[in-house]
Amino acid sequence: MSYLNQLRLPKHLGTKFIHIFVVPFIAFLIFLGIWSGSASTIETSLGQVPGPAQVWEQATTLYKEHTAEREKETKFYQRQDKRNAQKLNENPQAEIKIRPYTGKSTFIDQMLTSLYTVMTGFIIASLIAIPIGIVSGLSGTVHRAINPLIQIFKPVSPLAWLPIVTMIVSAVYVSDDPMFSKSFLNSAITVTLCCMWPTIINTAIGVSSIDSDLINVSRVLRLNWATNIYKIVLPSSVPMIFAGLRLSLGIGWMVLIAAEMLAQNPGLGKFVWDEFQNGSSNSLARIMVAVFAIGLIGFMLDRIMLMLQRKVSWDKNANIR
Amino acid sequence: MLHSYLQLTQVSIEFPTDNGPFKALDNVNLNINEKEFVSLIGHSGCGKSTVLNIVAGMHQATSGGVLLEDKEVNEPGPDRAVVFQNHSLLPWLTAYQNVELAVKQVFKHSKSKSEIHDWIMHNLELVHMTHAKDKLPAEISGGMKQRVGIARALSMEPKVLLMDEPFGALDALTRAHLQDSIMEIHASLGNTVIMITHDVDEAVLLSDRIVMMTNGPSATIGSILDIKLARPRNRLELADNPQFNHYRAEVLKFLHEKHVKIAA
Repeated sequence: MSYLNQLRLPKHLGTKFIHIFVVPFIAFLIFLGIWSGSASTIETSLGQVPGPAQVWEQATTLYKEHTAEREKETKFYQRQDKRNAQKLNENPQAEIKIRPYTGKSTFIDQMLTSLYTVMTGFIIASLIAIPIGIVSGLSGTVHRAINPLIQIFKPVSPLAWLPIVTMIVSAVYVSDDPMFSKSFLNSAITVTLCCMWPTIINTAIGVSSIDSDLINVSRVLRLNWATNIYKIVLPSSVPMIFAGLRLSLGIGWMVLIAAEMLAQNPGLGKFVWDEFQNGSSNSLARIMVAVFAIGLIGFMLDRIMLMLQRKVSWDKNANIR
Repeated sequence: MLHSYLQLTQVSIEFPTDNGPFKALDNVNLNINEKEFVSLIGHSGCGKSTVLNIVAGMHQATSGGVLLEDKEVNEPGPDRAVVFQNHSLLPWLTAYQNVELAVKQVFKHSKSKSEIHDWIMHNLELVHMTHAKDKLPAEISGGMKQRVGIARALSMEPKVLLMDEPFGALDALTRAHLQDSIMEIHASLGNTVIMITHDVDEAVLLSDRIVMMTNGPSATIGSILDIKLARPRNRLELADNPQFNHYRAEVLKFLHEKHVKIAA
């Protein structure tokens, strides 16, 4: 009897299992049901709105296209290597040419481009926002000076920034051998402009709400400016800084898709736009694959930030979620 | 005239409020000798902490001033180390690192690396905290945190040790242990101490003099009681000591007869 009891899950573990897996799973099934039920009733110029099955089919197609493209690429390089080896064999002094493969970018490539672009924009934004936030949190005067500007720029849509950014980048970034493409810079800078605000605001709040006793400790010890920031201000505002960074990255990812559409940066935004222009009967399903991909990546980015936040936070008991 | 170690001369302070300036302290005069243990006692809101903050240099007196070894005090500094009521340890640093921050700041030019380490350990030993040196503040009890706070203050080798209700947030038993530790440390190091307290027994047990303050606004020193009990003092023996009880009664009379706090 006792042996059987050991095999059975303890009761609280059972409820935990239901809470963590069963409840979300049922909700997901209901969502799929409503989706497929309502999708079949709507007819668009691109055909019927795709249901879950069609979207899944397109997801696998997109993946197959990716592997096929990769295969073509390896074969291209193999052929090139073989040709060059043959040439060298015939004539050791022969000039050989190595050309890069210029196939079309696949859905996976576009995801990576988007990630790279958003991280660039986000890192630039953080490098600007955290110092500004610290200064504005430490000094009431600076805070009063820049707060109106922050409040004005915070709600501006990426679509309003993009034309300005595009014109400025074209005017300023002139190079015969550019390291970055303009579409990449336009998208990344637009992300920066839209996502730096929550980090500034949260950092400032974190810094200005440091326990006054800790400030007094710093005064009694006569810590200099840098030590004060490094030993007291930064550690104590880390939770708020990360709260801001998470909001910023979330906004940045959302903004990026819009920016890529207009800037034609070869990422997920461009994918959605191209599919929309393409207008095949599969386009809507492929866009929906992109929607899920965007959502999942956004979720994943937030989880990564959460993990980082837990890692750097000194208060291991704090309920961070 | 011989100058005292620490002199507060005609100290007054006003804080600006929306209804005009608020005079918290008026004409506070106090001379403290080296190695003396002085307690400030009074009802809450009487400006005890303000006196301490002026000595610490956190507040500037509106008129009058503070001299420490004949030098004017006008900013905070490690020669007037403060033990704060809520320990004020940096929560992201261990006990050792909290003391280290102070030691490195004060002795970075005068002590070598190994001397700094020894000095940190020595101060943790004084408060019996070496066993928990690698614990974060959140992992140790309130009494232990306050011990580390005291070690941090002592490690600065202050000319005056300022304690702002150091045991106010602790339970009675822990408080008694810490009071014994303070007496032990004071006996061996001979620090000059100013301590704020609400606790009459604590004041009589620890102090050489008790400074009793009148109620604010415009609070000042009401009277000063010399405690001529021989050291070392033992709380159990003193419990039946008529002299101890007399001092206790004196302070209680001051607080509850002469300067009754009107209930808010």
